[in-house]
Amino acid sequence: MSNQISLKDTYTERRIYFARTIVVGLFVVALLSLLVVRYFSLQITEHDIYVTQSDRNRVQLQPVPPKRGLIYDRNGVLLAENRPSYSLTIVKEHVDDIGETITLLQHLIEIDDDHIKKFQRLLTRRRPHAAVPLKLKLTEEEIAIVSVNRYRLPGVDVDAQLARHYPQGELFTHVLGYVGRISEKEQFEIDEVNYSGTNEIGKIGLEQFYEKELHGEVGSQNVETNARGRVLRVLERSDPEPGQDITLHIDAYVQKVAHEALGDYRGSVVAIDPKTGGIIAMVSTPSFDANMFVGGISSKNYNALLNSPDRPLVNRSLQGQYAPGSTVKPIFGLAGLHYGVVTTESVVRDPGWYLLPGDKSKRRYRDWTWKTRRTGHAKFVAMEQAIAESCDTYFYDLAHQLGIDRMHDFSKPFGFGSKVGIDNTNERSGLLPSREWKRRYKRLPWYPGETINAGIGQGYLLVTPLQLATGIAALANRGVHFSPRLLKSKNGEEIPVPQLPKIEVDDRHWDFIHHAMSEVVHGARGSAKAISRGAKYKMGGKTGTAQVIGIAQDAEYDADKISARHRDNALFVGFAPLENPKIVVAAILENGEKSSRAAQIVRKVFDAYLIDQQMLDDTAADDSVVDKNVADRNDLNSRQSVAMSR
Amino acid sequence: MNQTDFVRQMPGQSADLARRVSIWQRVHIDPILLLLLLTLTVFGLVVLYSAGNQNSAILVRQGRFLLIAYIGMIVIAQFNLERIRRLAPLAYVVGVLLLIAVPLVGVGAKGAQRWLSLGGFRFQPSEVMKLVVPMAAAWYFSSRALPPRFKYILVSLVMIAVPTVLIARQPDLGTSILIAASGLFVLFLSGIGWRFIFGAVALALCSAWPMWQFVLLDYQRTRILTLLNPESDKLGAGWNIIQSKTAIGSGGWDGKGWTNGTQSQLDFLPESHTDFIIAVLAEEWGLKGVLVLLGIYVAIILRGLWIGVNAQHSFGRLLAGSITLTFFVYVFVNMGMVSGLLPVVGVPLPLVSQGGTSLVTLLAGFGLLMAISTEKRIIGQ
Repeated sequence: MSNQISLKDTYTERRIYFARTIVVGLFVVALLSLLVVRYFSLQITEHDIYVTQSDRNRVQLQPVPPKRGLIYDRNGVLLAENRPSYSLTIVKEHVDDIGETITLLQHLIEIDDDHIKKFQRLLTRRRPHAAVPLKLKLTEEEIAIVSVNRYRLPGVDVDAQLARHYPQGELFTHVLGYVGRISEKEQFEIDEVNYSGTNEIGKIGLEQFYEKELHGEVGSQNVETNARGRVLRVLERSDPEPGQDITLHIDAYVQKVAHEALGDYRGSVVAIDPKTGGIIAMVSTPSFDANMFVGGISSKNYNALLNSPDRPLVNRSLQGQYAPGSTVKPIFGLAGLHYGVVTTESVVRDPGWYLLPGDKSKRRYRDWTWKTRRTGHAKFVAMEQAIAESCDTYFYDLAHQLGIDRMHDFSKPFGFGSKVGIDNTNERSGLLPSREWKRRYKRLPWYPGETINAGIGQGYLLVTPLQLATGIAALANRGVHFSPRLLKSKNGEEIPVPQLPKIEVDDRHWDFIHHAMSEVVHGARGSAKAISRGAKYKMGGKTGTAQVIGIAQDAEYDADKISARHRDNALFVGFAPLENPKIVVAAILENGEKSSRAAQIVRKVFDAYLIDQQMLDDTAADDSVVDKNVADRNDLNSRQSVAMSR
Repeated sequence: MNQTDFVRQMPGQSADLARRVSIWQRVHIDPILLLLLLTLTVFGLVVLYSAGNQNSAILVRQGRFLLIAYIGMIVIAQFNLERIRRLAPLAYVVGVLLLIAVPLVGVGAKGAQRWLSLGGFRFQPSEVMKLVVPMAAAWYFSSRALPPRFKYILVSLVMIAVPTVLIARQPDLGTSILIAASGLFVLFLSGIGWRFIFGAVALALCSAWPMWQFVLLDYQRTRILTLLNPESDKLGAGWNIIQSKTAIGSGGWDGKGWTNGTQSQLDFLPESHTDFIIAVLAEEWGLKGVLVLLGIYVAIILRGLWIGVNAQHSFGRLLAGSITLTFFVYVFVNMGMVSGLLPVVGVPLPLVSQGGTSLVTLLAGFGLLMAISTEKRIIGQ
């Protein structure tokens, strides 16, 4: 066959074609085998790896935050609860352009620049797959708008959470404290796993003190998500262990009465059950609504609280340190009897002033109560009259005879000079002076005149209202006393109050002091006899007025105000009923001037507890009282009652 | 030249002479091929239903395209092969002109310009070229003695290169590869010398670097780099490969069950109803399902090669072989790229992936195969 002509040779062509088909067929088989090997290695050999990867794709472990424990008063009135709150969250990982998303959201709902700034800050700290809140406390309308536009907003979600709520508003702020966003500092201290689903933590007060009990244990759930991170279903779940519900010794009704009784005064009322050490009421005014702090307080509101001259952020019951004035006289009187430096019969000459024996300067220590009677309480004054009428001269002499160290040693077990150990935060220790203390901290010797001042509760001596109430409770309960406690039970289980060592004093002395204190209220010339009017029970008490020291900080205020803040603090301590004390109350009114004002408040608290709350066993409460009580209690339970009439 | 071939029979082919004309031959349908295609397309619809998140609208759309494509296939099967052969050069010239028109008056989508709009009807000239190029090459060699001489080889290479380059510049790497392959298969089957083949392979290897540097576009380079190391860009270009490998691998032998694939149903798998549909099949039906699908493909390819071997003229032989082998390239490139063996180029899984144009083109190709297989036997008349 010639190449030039190149005839078509069908037979040869077919043969070549057949051969080429075989070759290409083999090639096809080889490549197909390669595919089979590839799919075999992916699907069989490396199957486990890809199953894990596929599960990791779709399944995500999410923390389930525990429900924070509720807080009740002794009668089951709700003081702190959790309410559903909706927040707008963004998951960085699922958003292409955060800025664009925020702009779009701003068109839909109102978002402050403040929120955006806070959000940006959080965004840099959180991991990209975590949901970062942009706006809290969404309204129903905002939730609806976001939901409708969800398809345009990948990575944006409305998150339902429980947020703390204090239905009683400002009434319990200084008892409960509040919760707030976990700060950067706290982030290091907490168990990161347990708090992985939690946004808020107890910042102060009971909420902080019982944080561990209230918080509970975190749970978890495996959820299936799609590629855009939307949760499709829950695969498995281990439930969180909710925080414990706690019940307080506090009686919300008594608290409310005490709060209202304080009115516009700055001050504190602390009421303790001397038999148990349980705190019935603990009020500090002015107060503020703790709900402001939940979910973050605005800087404007916070500065207003911080800079107010009335110092609403200070819990006066625990942090306020005041000169107790004459309210400590019964304790020093008891010390005199106990150490035998005086008897109930011994008298002191009272010309209206006191001269320190051997003092060459002949300085007269005035009886501050001289305004009522310039020539003193009587020619000769014994202890009963000295307590009932609050005679300073008698106690100047008694203090001189006791000496500061015995006064210190005797008073210390009553709880002065050190923290009484309440289950709350920021308690201060007050100051119970002694020679030792002055040498160590002031590097000065003790002067006899300072003892004289201490005898009437002035000078270095400082107490908190809580200490004063605790001390008087020990006195009322004849030396058997406790570390005062707010917590009554956890999850229904009673928690005993820690008992302190008994103060051993002869029974006759306790009787005598109780009698003298009853004369303060029920005696014809008692310094607080006004409050005995119409009382269905007998009570013991002691008035006090104390000079205000440390006023320099107020110097820049106008003249009227300065003088107002120079006025004496008014104090009253009391217990009732006299024979079987069930409640001890200490009240302090800053610049209240007249101790009778404090006494009136204490009487109201007694009535609220003993009569209205029927704690007086032998009182057959008449129906009208019961009705009022029920009405008030209902009022407390309904959340509208938060706003106090001031 | 006398077209009545000087027939010499291959051994064992004498039975043909006596065979009577069957009903299938009269209606120009290859029953085995039809059965295989029907099996494949029905299976494809089942997989597509799941891949499209059980959206029946997608299914109805695909079904309508299938109907059109099958009708087209049967219509083409009726054509006289000689008439097709004569039409081939004209079709080629028109096709190349249309390809030139695309960048000038075409319509774009996703950064590539591949479409021509004619009176509201949009179509891709490059799709038609998948059939026109092998037809033209087969036509060119059918009138020449085989194996072809060197200058004919050069001419045919130019014929193949022109549309390939035009399509690659659209840019549509997947289609241009398929078109180049379809033309080169014709050349290979025509019996060109092995030295040309090895020479070409050597040349291709040498030109790899300049190609990489000067011809490939950025996104094409990215695809190849991503293939080598998908982890380098987890959320970008590597995402597709990682997710499809995860889908395939997690399917195992038995699969997760139809419509139960988490990768595909939860939207982790991109393009799950188009180019990446094999990953859905692999995830939900397991390796079992993959092997069944491959089995059907192999049967179709074998049938196509059989038709080629038995074709009476070199035009039919070359065309049948080329169409069949191009079909194989579809399968290999698609399954290879989805499983991370090859770079991601836009090649659908033939007759399974969603997409009307490719269905019509593919079945039109099988129409040609049927026309070849049922061509009237000259001997025996």
